Amino acid sequence: MERNLAHIALFAALIAVLGFVPAVTLPFGVPISAQSLGIMLCGTVLGAKRGALAVLLFLALVAIGLPLLSGGRGGLGVFVGPSAGFLIGFPVTAFVAGLIVERWKAPLAIAAFAGSVIGGILVLYAFGIPGMALTLGKTLPEATLLALPFLPGDLIKCALAALVTRSIAQMRPGALLSRG
Amino acid sequence: MLTLTSPVETALHRLPAGPKLLALCAVTVLLFRLDHPLPLAASLAALAAFHLTQGRAFAAHALRLIGPLWPFVLVVGLWHLWLQDMAAGTTILLRLITAVAAANLVTMTTRLSDMIAALETLASPLGRLGLNPRTLSLAVALVIRFFPVLTDRTSQLAEAFRARSPRRPGHRILVPAALAALDDADHVAEALRARGGTG
Repeated sequence: MERNLAHIALFAALIAVLGFVPAVTLPFGVPISAQSLGIMLCGTVLGAKRGALAVLLFLALVAIGLPLLSGGRGGLGVFVGPSAGFLIGFPVTAFVAGLIVERWKAPLAIAAFAGSVIGGILVLYAFGIPGMALTLGKTLPEATLLALPFLPGDLIKCALAALVTRSIAQMRPGALLSRG
Repeated sequence: MLTLTSPVETALHRLPAGPKLLALCAVTVLLFRLDHPLPLAASLAALAAFHLTQGRAFAAHALRLIGPLWPFVLVVGLWHLWLQDMAAGTTILLRLITAVAAANLVTMTTRLSDMIAALETLASPLGRLGLNPRTLSLAVALVIRFFPVLTDRTSQLAEAFRARSPRRPGHRILVPAALAALDDADHVAEALRARGGTG
């Protein structure tokens, strides 16, 4: 119980810290922040349930008014803004990524990459694109067009999430709760 | 750690959090039903007028909070210029800015302690699923406490990297940062158990 609580809280803090790591800007001027990578890692390292709870805890802190989203954003406004759909999808992303690492017994890096792509791109965009369509008054195909510039950066993040997950498993074999 | 609550005291600071949150839900639903630029412009003007009556610092704080919306405003504005449908574009943008500003107003005028209390009330139905409200407060406190710890650790790691290499640390910071979180979690778990657990 204590171990679960501590891991959930510390990974919620890690998501926040990764939001403050300076964003890398891709050619085309699209910023990619490390924050959604933190969301993927919650799933791939902690597993489905604990990962989703860590993300929910992080979002609760954002909602009560701490500026922890990348770019120092926070408060209730972000939950009605254009990125609201992505925020709602975050816990589901961690859950799906974690579930795939837990259930699919492929080599860890492969399972973590697959989980990050399915959870962090397919599932996340399934929430984020309708959210943008609704707040910006656009049709779903138009909103998809707005999300596409972020795809290359998100693929890079999935690869990084896979490598980081594997490195953690090598350095702290007992720490990977998703495969424990 | 900096919260988004405004240090400028307003009449709204004295209202309890629950009614403010309920009113915000009602206002947001209403804003998404309004489909004409005039009532939306009136809502935004009323909101802006309230901010201005609270003084310049308060209004500037609110502007800073809606600042991150500008890329979306730009994209939607250009899009509707190109479609030559400015009425629809104006409606969308007014609604977006008003909804976000109204939500931010609640954040700015509610203290963190009141928000945590409201969060506990909202989470109380989860008690039947076995979530002790004290556990939630403890988790919130742990994140607030360990966010600066992990931030310091990560910047130390970045400095150590720069001291040894002309390159920027970039993604190489991720593994040690995640390991730091895992190790701290183990220590926190031991410390909690030593103090009688989470009850």
